[in-house]
Amino acid sequence: MTPASFPARGLADRLTTLFWRHPRILLVLLLTPPLLWLGVVYLGSLAALLLQSFYALDSFSGLIVPEFTLKTYAQLFTQSNLSIILRTLLMASAVTAASTIIAFPIAYYAARYAKGRLKAAFYLGVMLPLWSSYLVKVYAFKLILAKEGIVTWVATSTHTDWLLTAALSLPYVGGNSLATSYLGTFTVFCYVWLPYMILPMQAALERVPTTMLEAAADLGATARQTFWTVTMPLALPGIIAGSIFTFSLTLGDYIIPQIIGNSASYIGMAVYQLQGTAGNIPLAAAFAVVPILIMLVYLTLARKAGAFDAL
Amino acid sequence: MRSDAPLSLKLTAGAGLLFLHLPILLIFLYAFTSEERSFAFPPPGLTTKWFAVAWNRADIWPPLILSLQVAFLATILALILGTLISAAMSGAKFWGRDQLSLLIILPIALPGVITGIALRAAIPMLHLDFSALTIVLGHATFCIVIVYNNAVARFRRLSGGILEASADLGANAFQTFRHILMPNLGTALLAGGMLAFALSFDEVIVTTFTAGVGAASKTLPIWMLDELIRPRQRPVTNVVAMVVFATTFLPILGAYYLTRDGAETAGAGK
Repeated sequence: MTPASFPARGLADRLTTLFWRHPRILLVLLLTPPLLWLGVVYLGSLAALLLQSFYALDSFSGLIVPEFTLKTYAQLFTQSNLSIILRTLLMASAVTAASTIIAFPIAYYAARYAKGRLKAAFYLGVMLPLWSSYLVKVYAFKLILAKEGIVTWVATSTHTDWLLTAALSLPYVGGNSLATSYLGTFTVFCYVWLPYMILPMQAALERVPTTMLEAAADLGATARQTFWTVTMPLALPGIIAGSIFTFSLTLGDYIIPQIIGNSASYIGMAVYQLQGTAGNIPLAAAFAVVPILIMLVYLTLARKAGAFDAL
Repeated sequence: MRSDAPLSLKLTAGAGLLFLHLPILLIFLYAFTSEERSFAFPPPGLTTKWFAVAWNRADIWPPLILSLQVAFLATILALILGTLISAAMSGAKFWGRDQLSLLIILPIALPGVITGIALRAAIPMLHLDFSALTIVLGHATFCIVIVYNNAVARFRRLSGGILEASADLGANAFQTFRHILMPNLGTALLAGGMLAFALSFDEVIVTTFTAGVGAASKTLPIWMLDELIRPRQRPVTNVVAMVVFATTFLPILGAYYLTRDGAETAGAGK
């Protein structure tokens, strides 16, 4: 009788036998390098961030005092800092709402009507702007929204400049030009994050079974009723999944309001400026904890709404 | 079911797509404008001289080369780490699997400013200096998930049967890896790597927090950001923007074509 297996011919074979008999060893070998990286570099940094937020800056020497204190969080809850947080939250909510409205027709058309090549074109048409350079996109809007730029030109040549003037003279959101107003910042946020909303929304709409829509029609529902009572509830998890991105990305961004806007501060800008010129890492860290907490609450709610299955 | 979309839907969907694409085209147009001090529209004249000017500007080349190097290193690291995790995740069920999948997506689920400030706070605590290497450190961290997403989808589609068949025919684990696993994973890894490269090449938020001072850590996006805040020759910035756009556009398109036949098309999530 010859044995049923080949004899081991070298180290590689012996290792193979070891992996076969003890799959855990292979698993540990596979997981150790990435776990070390994510655990040390990423989680370690997050822990350092949290730790630093409980330190404080010595107001005389300007050095960080590595002792536990809640002073930094007390600073965070002053009036001016709270208004930065509130402004960021309002902007993130407005951008999310507007993105939902602009994204819906694109996602709906791509999911329901586009077939074959047109569908591929729609997919690429959303995916390319999603991945293409963030800074280039922001720069494009600096060109567009400039006072001498194309928006003003289009408004003047179509005799709708009264509309632009009216929008810019709105209290609070208006300003000297689109490039220096909340309206401008808001437009750029919507533009840059829009693809993040479209893709999960489209995926969710594609998963709505057509048989259900037919059943609704058979039972006498009008197109409008079918839309609001069948399509929308089924697509909602996808919309919430998209909103996670638009909301989270707006919460943390600091480049867009720095380049297009009225120089009002946002959480991201506060974090950047505090760690940079002021060297106040503790307060910057405390500021950074705010979006983490907000996103944890948001993610918990989204998970309850079933948005994670739609990702 | 109606097979044709209502006109209003067609119009709003079309307008939405135009909104996504027209701004990029304007970048191209302004690279040819003869007006260098403002963004006047329509451009008063057209010229191709800015391409030559950009080519001869000594301050553009080092950032471009650094960005390519950083993106290359970050992609290699992300490819190794992302493939390892996806291999582990697609295999056995183990304790902590769900927590691990959350940990992988966290660097892109949380805003970039968090990753940035966290690294900013942590690196000096380890007595390390900020440099081009710390940029790579940050970039690799959020690129892992890109590779992972592509690889894990391919692993899922790959039937376990062919790995067993390979073992039954006498191949050892390394031969199976070389001759069976790699050819099957190849395009998914290439697609993931290309997306990771594109993402790293134009990343600016985490970079501003992890870069050292001075020219040695000035990537091309940081150069561009400086130009956006303090413009000098605006059309030159447009030429560079076109280069950045092309350098990210081509790998993204490539990743799409490499994976479009499968159930998992690259780039569905960022």
